Amino acid sequence: MSTVVIGGGIVGNSLTGWLAELGVTDLVQLDKGPFPNPGGSTGHASNFIFPVDHSKEMTQLTLESMRQYREAGTLHECGGIEVARTEERMEELRRRMASAKSWGIEDCRLVTPAEIKELVPFVDESILLGGFYTPSVAVVDSLRFGTVMREQAQAKGAQVFANTEVTGIDVENGAVRRVRTTRGDFDAATVVIACGVWSPRIARMAGASIPLTPAVHQMIDVGPVPRFLTSKTAVDFPIVRDMDTNMYERQDGQGLEVGSYAHRPILHEPDDIPSIEESATTPTELPFTQEDFELQLEHALQLVPEVLGDESVGIKYAINGLLSLTPDGLPLLGETPEVKGLWAASAVWVKEGPGVGKSVAEWMVHGEPEIDLQSSDVARFYPEQRTPEHIKGRTSEGFNKTYGIVHPAEQWESNRGVRVSPFYERERDLGAVFYEAAAWERPHWYESNAQLVEEYGVQGREHEWDARWWSPIINAEHLAMRQRAAMFDLTAFCVFDVVGPNALDAVQMVAARQMNVPNGRVVYTPVLAPRGGFKSDLTIMKMEDDRFRVVTGGAHGMADMKWFRDHCPDGTRIEDHTSSVCTVGIWGPRARDVLAAITATDVSNEAFPFSTWQELDNGVIASRISYVGDLGWELYTPMERGLELWDALWEAGRPHGVVPAGIGVYGTTGRLEKAYRAFGAELDQDYDVVEADMAWWKVKEEDFVGKAAHVAARDREPAATLCTLTIDELSRTPLGREPIVREDGSPLVDAKGRRSYVTSAGMGPSIGKYILMSYLPPDARDDLYVQYMEQLYPVTVDVVGSRPPFDPDNERIRS
Amino acid sequence: MTGGKMVLAADAQALETKHLGFTISPHEECAVEEAVRIGGEVVVLTLGPAEAEEQLRDCMAIGADRGILLKTSEEWDAQSTAAAIVDAIRAEGPFDLILFGNESADAAGFQVGIRVAHALGLPVVTGLKKIEVQGARVRCERDVGGARDVYEAPLPTVLTVLEGLNLPRYPSVPGRLRARSKPLTVVEPGRPEQKLEKLRLVVPEGQGKQAEILEGAAQVVAVMQSLGVA
Repeated sequence: MSTVVIGGGIVGNSLTGWLAELGVTDLVQLDKGPFPNPGGSTGHASNFIFPVDHSKEMTQLTLESMRQYREAGTLHECGGIEVARTEERMEELRRRMASAKSWGIEDCRLVTPAEIKELVPFVDESILLGGFYTPSVAVVDSLRFGTVMREQAQAKGAQVFANTEVTGIDVENGAVRRVRTTRGDFDAATVVIACGVWSPRIARMAGASIPLTPAVHQMIDVGPVPRFLTSKTAVDFPIVRDMDTNMYERQDGQGLEVGSYAHRPILHEPDDIPSIEESATTPTELPFTQEDFELQLEHALQLVPEVLGDESVGIKYAINGLLSLTPDGLPLLGETPEVKGLWAASAVWVKEGPGVGKSVAEWMVHGEPEIDLQSSDVARFYPEQRTPEHIKGRTSEGFNKTYGIVHPAEQWESNRGVRVSPFYERERDLGAVFYEAAAWERPHWYESNAQLVEEYGVQGREHEWDARWWSPIINAEHLAMRQRAAMFDLTAFCVFDVVGPNALDAVQMVAARQMNVPNGRVVYTPVLAPRGGFKSDLTIMKMEDDRFRVVTGGAHGMADMKWFRDHCPDGTRIEDHTSSVCTVGIWGPRARDVLAAITATDVSNEAFPFSTWQELDNGVIASRISYVGDLGWELYTPMERGLELWDALWEAGRPHGVVPAGIGVYGTTGRLEKAYRAFGAELDQDYDVVEADMAWWKVKEEDFVGKAAHVAARDREPAATLCTLTIDELSRTPLGREPIVREDGSPLVDAKGRRSYVTSAGMGPSIGKYILMSYLPPDARDDLYVQYMEQLYPVTVDVVGSRPPFDPDNERIRS
Repeated sequence: MTGGKMVLAADAQALETKHLGFTISPHEECAVEEAVRIGGEVVVLTLGPAEAEEQLRDCMAIGADRGILLKTSEEWDAQSTAAAIVDAIRAEGPFDLILFGNESADAAGFQVGIRVAHALGLPVVTGLKKIEVQGARVRCERDVGGARDVYEAPLPTVLTVLEGLNLPRYPSVPGRLRARSKPLTVVEPGRPEQKLEKLRLVVPEGQGKQAEILEGAAQVVAVMQSLGVA
């Protein structure tokens, strides 16, 4: 049985090369077009790479890609400057300096307009306030690199077929079996869709979905430019990204390429892309629509008048080039949740291609990539996020944010209100400010609590950026919870049961902690990747001998569900209850009084201890755990009875002063005061359980994924330990991902080469301090700073490890 | 119109243009370039749909001063096209030179320029590869199999030109921006009864296929043998 890679663009070629390198034999690569340019997005890519991104995952993929391009001799370093026309953009560039340091890109610096002029003499620096200069920005030859990788694979025995179109993919018993093509069939146990803009169409042949849309990126090429006639290389001058106009200008030989992400979103359907025969040039180079580029010409002329204002310089080439956009702007990688053996490697740009090729190949061969791909996992989407409305809405909205200033907490505007809890109307009446999680609407705070701000004397935030997407009401809700109690809508949880005679074996294999526990227990457990990093963390309720209920965060729930399904032995199945069960949390010193008022079941500490669950007399399933560090329960009930539960709690809570509270408390303030870790922030594949200071007293006898690595980690000194820091002055409030540095601004680098950065940030209202979490190497405990907007703010290491700053002995949750 | 393989609409009355871009045909492109090079006020005229404004703006971007769009949503035969152009020219007049592409890239009737000249009572010279205005006269050259015919005509006159007359320039960015605000007159002429009736379109055999992909050495050898080089 073969492994078939469909696609011969930068991704398909890189992946084929890496699969061969990792020892995959019987390897086949197909493309419907000719090599080296089969006609996809790679063929018309502008081929430049700016390494710095706010996302760690994307930066790691880009840096790995640059390494490969360089090693293959297909990278030319020319430098690049992201220029600012506005003060708001300058602030964003300062923020980029922080990301550069956090992710280990050393050569960046802010430059003045005069320095920009010196580097790129053909810009009009008078309209600029400054720039972010990265000398390592490069242009690459993605077609040449792809050819090298493909030929390396061929030398190792891979078969490569050009001009071979896929006409069908056969699936048997939920697993891929065969690829049908215009040149005959290939029996295959593993198939990778690396088809860029055509990926949704190919996935559909197998009954899977790859949620991306082809979208237009407009680009023109002007020339010949007199200044470039004497250039010694194809790119003598740094590439300029004109961030505020969503455009770029780059030398290309004697010409200048001008590209734009500023025009209206122009989306296409994969089925409507012309065939190779019908295309004037290639299928992804569509006729230019001049009217969409009019404003862009003016903007470009403002920045490079010497070139574009020259009457002798003509517009020689102009295209509407197609590229892939996804609802959240991230790639689509990994095995599809619908079909075993069918993998996606789609929505990848030239700058990440080789890194993705290597990572997906490792994932396929070793079960885990070296770079954590959790944000790009194709399994991350719920059905509600795979709809045409969602894809069109989000990609249209996201396109113009390509060079945007995107606040870390910024919310989407399109396709909202898709999933709502039974309490939604009540929440709206209370002035809930809704944020979205996994297509669910979740209150982040309630305007009805505004009077609490004064009552508790909560301070606002001075700086607009720090205060954006935030409210002092969050801190007030937190204090009311600690003093009285608060109700939370947690319906966005992903809830599923592992059911069957071998259910215990399945959960034992996935969960790092002991799952052979009495019925009625709730276990919080890390879920480890094979190399011992975090795959997830979640709670599991032992319901019956053959039934375990998994409750996990909405954002990562679908990927978690796939991971459990992948580890289910025959006869064991997954039952998804996410859309049939709603959840209310109630925590705070009065939580027991409130709960006791709506049930006759004994909820005393003796009858209902911490870390257990019970079905109450009213049918509600109550689980006594807490992510905010206070006495209380998660309460689960069928969706249709949700409103009844909410109203009952509300009424019972009134005499006790219970307030509704949002995710601002649940996810940040309450959590950070208790030093609770969050997946995707503190917990990812780069760090292990010991480093997170979450190792429990003994390792269970039973086998589990990541056990050997975990045991090894316990036997060595951690290279870094997750610490709780507090910031000494509150004039600015970092929002996360900023580097922790020494007084001279030098980064902290641990023995594994990882840099210390802020994994989570937020106020601890009850301790009166602003909290940062960060992994610190053992020698970094004093004289530390957080670098925020190019300023250093002193920080104090309050706790090394997981001991909570608030209620360190956990008396509240056990009261 | 540009594009690869021609695909007909279901009724075989038109081409499927969903994936296609539109452009002026090469002969006309050279006519506009020549007019801009000769100088004076350059007016560019076309008969076509509202979208043809884009091509008029393209011409203005390379230097034409203003445009006239004879707007219609239907196809016109050569006779009625010429009549509409004559009406427009009479309404505008007087001109020193009226340049046409020798024939259109789609219908290729070779008629419109000649009909317009006849109707206006002007001399016409066709199939030109070189034009030189010399005072009140124009000197023209036409290729005739290894030699050239040379004509001289008094202005005003009508000339129809061929691709290769010159190398048309690309529009500059300032040219593009200027073109946006240049004057464009839109006229909606009445469409007379057509003397030419289109039955249907047929895509000729082998159209669009300019390359054959060879697989393996044997095929390459066979091709070389058929060419007599191996």
